[in-house]
Amino acid sequence: MSPIEQPGAGPPDEGSRRPRLVGDLWRQEGAKGVAIAVLSTVVVLGGIVYVVLHSTYWPEFREAFFSREAFAESFPDVLEAFRRNVVYFLVAEPIILVWALVLAVLRSLRGPVFFPLRLLATVYVDLFRGIPTLLIVYLLGFGIPTLGIPGLPTGGWFWGLVGLILSYSAYVAEVYRAGIESVHPSQTAAARALGLSRWQTLRHVVIPQAVRRVVPPLMNDFIALQKDTALIATVSGMFPEAFLMSQIYQSSLFNFTPILGAALCFLVITIPMTRFTDWLLERQRRRRQAAVA
Amino acid sequence: MNGADAATVVRIEGLHKSFDHLEVLKGIDLSVAEHEVICLIGASGSGKSTLLRCVNLLEPVDAGRVFVHGEEITAPGVDVNRIRRSMGIVFQSFNLFPHMTVLKNITLAPRKALRLSQAEAEARAMELLERFGLEDKRDEYPDRLSGGQQQRVAIVRALAMQPDIMLLDEITSALDPELVAEVLNVVRELAAGGMTMLIATHEMGFARDIANRVCLLDDGVILEQGPPQQIFTAPREARTQRFLQRIVEAGRM
Repeated sequence: MSPIEQPGAGPPDEGSRRPRLVGDLWRQEGAKGVAIAVLSTVVVLGGIVYVVLHSTYWPEFREAFFSREAFAESFPDVLEAFRRNVVYFLVAEPIILVWALVLAVLRSLRGPVFFPLRLLATVYVDLFRGIPTLLIVYLLGFGIPTLGIPGLPTGGWFWGLVGLILSYSAYVAEVYRAGIESVHPSQTAAARALGLSRWQTLRHVVIPQAVRRVVPPLMNDFIALQKDTALIATVSGMFPEAFLMSQIYQSSLFNFTPILGAALCFLVITIPMTRFTDWLLERQRRRRQAAVA
Repeated sequence: MNGADAATVVRIEGLHKSFDHLEVLKGIDLSVAEHEVICLIGASGSGKSTLLRCVNLLEPVDAGRVFVHGEEITAPGVDVNRIRRSMGIVFQSFNLFPHMTVLKNITLAPRKALRLSQAEAEARAMELLERFGLEDKRDEYPDRLSGGQQQRVAIVRALAMQPDIMLLDEITSALDPELVAEVLNVVRELAAGGMTMLIATHEMGFARDIANRVCLLDDGVILEQGPPQQIFTAPREARTQRFLQRIVEAGRM
């Protein structure tokens, strides 16, 4: 979990800033610096490529992981199956966002009346954060369908997805809670002093500020969730997603290239999301500095 | 309650308040009449802010009672939200809601707590903003305003609830010196308009000008109270004299 950024925490020093890969180089070092960087990159990368390509087992390695034929044969189906991963993600994410917020609010309630709700939410978060996600997905995905309860869906993928939602909600709830607790008590005091109820204060004053602050760490959890849709491979059986589909090809072709094809699908989505998160964090940091100045 | 209380807005009886083992208020008795302006003065830590927060029930009271218009608000089962709607409090650190524009800051409580329509709440807010020369700031966010402007908006936000009494908690202490006057002028205008106020302040000159009555808090009790001329020129208690002496030495009066 990423730590929650506290506004005003720490001095706004240049050193805390995440360096931009190319832009900063140009600004700080000029054309000469960029030329040196290009040259040294060519030398280092070229050296690595040369060593790899001339190593003893490179032909075997290339055949097992980068087989053009295996890729051509498997990738269309893997890509097709990857649509399931995208759908899982798109279905799970909004549910997680809502359910986790409910959990976080329950954990933040004060007063003896709410003790049972607070206790339940705390136990929930402890349990689901403490158990490996794969284990929960496996347990629900194989376990629930065997009960044969009429009216319940029997698809392993469905219950695997439920497991993923239950597990991720616990993590996201903690992110929300950190955000809620980072809102200064004087904000609550101001709202209550105006005659707003506890709930109105939470709804209109605390939660909007908390959610704004935790958007970047939430994005990190989105990225992790997108990747972890692959866990459903263990229980999806008749409805393979990208990882399971690539395994099917791997075992029939005796080649690992299809797995890398699946990896490629994930990268195409997760790398832009990571960059976007970095940009959000950077923007938040700039705003905070502007507010301090 | 009886007719004698009709003109009393707030009455405090034997108020005690401790934080852990530190007793901050050791038996406060104080009545605030309608249209009266009372200034609470005293050293930092003498209990001024705690007293205001207890009157507003932001801090639970350990012992003693607080009455508003004759109704005991420290009694169990009292609807604190209803009580707080009749009292405006302004804090040292403004405490505006940073995610809302000025207009939204002001209309939130009237809309949600008083259930005014948006149009009604905005009309009320604009009237107040115009009165205090802030109408062009309606769509700004708090971090775009100076400290003085933020504090004036905070006062307007409290006034929008049309309170019977305003509690002001050292509202100029966090301001740069050149911004103090604009905020104090707002308070002067409120006093001129007959607003009942209980003001904790370090601005002695302001207290002398505006107060009907000045109360010196010392070590959790009201050590001395009276009209400002008497307190500032002929204090009876030796400790009041010493406190005022220190203020003069610090050049604050």
